[in-house]
Amino acid sequence: MSVIVVLIAVSLLVALGFLIAFLWAVKSGQYNDTYTPSVRMLFDNENKDSEKEK
Amino acid sequence: MELERFSYDNKIVKQFGIATIIWGVVGMLVGLLVASQLFAPSLNFNLQYTTFGRIRPIHTNAVIFAFVGNAIFMGVYHSLQRLCKARMYSDLLSKIHFWGWQLIIVAAAVTLALGITTSKEYAELEWPIDIAITLIWVAFGINMFGTIFKRREKHLYVAIWFYIATWVTVAILHIVNSIEIPVTFWKSYPIYAGVQDALVQWWYGHNAVAFFLTTPYLGLMYYYLPKAANRPIYSYKLSIVHFWALIFIYIWAGPHHLLYSALPDWAQSLGTVFSIMLIAPSWGGMINGLLTLRGAWDKVRQDPILKFMVVAVTAYGMATFEGPMLSLKNVNAFAHFTDWIIAHVHIGALGWNGFLTFGMLYWLIPKLWKTELFSKKLANLHFWLGTLGIVFYASSMYWSGITQSLMWKQFTDVGTLQYPNFLETTLQIIPMYMVRATGGALYLTGVFIMIYNLLKTAKQGTFVDNEEAEAPALVKSTEKFVKGKRHKWLEGKPVQFLLLSTVVVLIGGLVEFIPTFMVKSNIPTIASVQPYTPLELQGRDIYIREGCVGCHSQLIRPFRSETERYGEYSKAGEYVYDHPFLWGSKRTGPDLHREGGKYPNLWHYLHMENPSSMSPGSIMPSFPWLLTQNLDTTTTAAKIKAMMSLGVPYQAGYENIANEDLVKQADVITQDLNKAGAPAERNKEIIALIAYLQRLGTDIKVNNQQAQK
Repeated sequence: MSVIVVLIAVSLLVALGFLIAFLWAVKSGQYNDTYTPSVRMLFDNENKDSEKEK
Repeated sequence: MELERFSYDNKIVKQFGIATIIWGVVGMLVGLLVASQLFAPSLNFNLQYTTFGRIRPIHTNAVIFAFVGNAIFMGVYHSLQRLCKARMYSDLLSKIHFWGWQLIIVAAAVTLALGITTSKEYAELEWPIDIAITLIWVAFGINMFGTIFKRREKHLYVAIWFYIATWVTVAILHIVNSIEIPVTFWKSYPIYAGVQDALVQWWYGHNAVAFFLTTPYLGLMYYYLPKAANRPIYSYKLSIVHFWALIFIYIWAGPHHLLYSALPDWAQSLGTVFSIMLIAPSWGGMINGLLTLRGAWDKVRQDPILKFMVVAVTAYGMATFEGPMLSLKNVNAFAHFTDWIIAHVHIGALGWNGFLTFGMLYWLIPKLWKTELFSKKLANLHFWLGTLGIVFYASSMYWSGITQSLMWKQFTDVGTLQYPNFLETTLQIIPMYMVRATGGALYLTGVFIMIYNLLKTAKQGTFVDNEEAEAPALVKSTEKFVKGKRHKWLEGKPVQFLLLSTVVVLIGGLVEFIPTFMVKSNIPTIASVQPYTPLELQGRDIYIREGCVGCHSQLIRPFRSETERYGEYSKAGEYVYDHPFLWGSKRTGPDLHREGGKYPNLWHYLHMENPSSMSPGSIMPSFPWLLTQNLDTTTTAAKIKAMMSLGVPYQAGYENIANEDLVKQADVITQDLNKAGAPAERNKEIIALIAYLQRLGTDIKVNNQQAQK
């Protein structure tokens, strides 16, 4: 069953990668604002409505 | 703040959209054909290329990687550009990605029809295509990360995180599961054997569902559902929690596909525990999607797009509740190997993936062509046909799965099996197979209506290849880039290099490390278990080629109902030379692990020629070509050599004399068949297949006989 060691190692590696990504996201302020992004994505910044966004 | 002018690439979105629809139709048509063959085996047109075992993987690969795959790329290429306020990183990479992926799909369809397959579910494609997939996936990765790096919006919307997780995890899963030793250009053996191969395969298989059918679609849901409803997601905070919780839990649930198998108990329990934990994030996501529509349900009544999406999200919730329930050992003991699982995956596939795709298409196509949807009525008709199709499909498969499992496990008062003949349990559920095909046909009819509707929509609008847009540059980060050299270095080409090298290093490291690791552990634990003879090995590869594993398991679970029916339960040590493992995941026919010695050679000969001659009413297709096609013995040496390099203990130099042994063994079987009156010839494929079938599971039987003496 040694392959399970490989799988756990690979899975941990993936998890570690995501952990680093998570810490980066928190540290760099990605989640400081947990409301605006949900509204912002509703507006497309095509030329016709770019005036409104400013 | 100065506005930068740029344009979104809509052409690539259109291309992936068209591919989604075309491959969707192909995949579903093949699915309908496969489903119909289960009650009308003659629908294989007497051709080996269209027989169940070969086209079932075409159906699964087409709907997963071609239909859903292209839909993912369509959605990602459309939404990522808008969320990042940037054009895709490279138009050339987009092109390479698109055409490369379509080429892979065509290659997959052709090779699978020809019987070129590794037999590992959802990873059937042979090694040259595996390499192509890796390369195209890297192209996609560079393109995606490149776009993310040059974005004009600092915040990464939650959908982007789902896309990133998809890319990273699929890359790793694909590489780890596809490490194989090439024998010829179109044949390879996986380096893992038996239980190990099974574990790797279902670690992959489960996560393929998780990271190809689920995470990218959640990302798409978080973009297209708010867009279609024109209101923000219910709780953005919850979506963030949803993402991170899902990512950290999902990858550990794979062993729930191997409950009651020869896998160690603790690994099985681990799989179960994580599966149960998955309910929390999954339902968090579903609730988040549904509550987005709070106070707007009147919109759902009028808008077919929202209807599709609501059913999709509900199906996601149902499937992700049912999944953990199915990974409870007592439920799994009952449901595994039956049509229940087919119902479960199709709730996900038809409901979640299919309906969300349709919703996206109905929203996106009018948008891209700058017009309104041609007919809401037709879209509503599609919705109801599709929903009805799902209801027919799922209810018939639940019924059939439960019926069959109850019949398999039913004992009489005196303690013998009530239905000792497996065929009885099959004949019982054939009406359900017909209902299922009807459901599929309804669903497909809806798709054709959608195509007409979308064509009409496109015709009345005008498509713009490059959509002009403008947005302010990302100020903060550019300051950073000027200040620190490190960021500048990250910004440039080295990023692509980093990505590429990660993949290369990963492949290199694993290729070097895993084989040596595996070979050492492939020491047989049961003394009487011997490597396959050259003829059996060739027969095994025919078994793989014809896709027998699609309907026949080779894993007898330690239940009385199974040992009574099939014989001694399967031991891990019996599979040490099985590259690949052939446990299967579905019993449309009986288990074959103890098939060896059960019937005379003649029975197998006649049964393969025409199954209903031996078992009247059987729904197994005929394999007459095995009786006329010559066995290709030129590959024997290469196969033996490959096996030896994987640690299978043939004598040194055996590859040179293997064919002599092969002929000797074939002679014995042929003579036996001739004596019994069959016009068998020594050099035909059927002889090798019979040799393999007669060998199955006999290693332990021999052992018992010796022990008794």
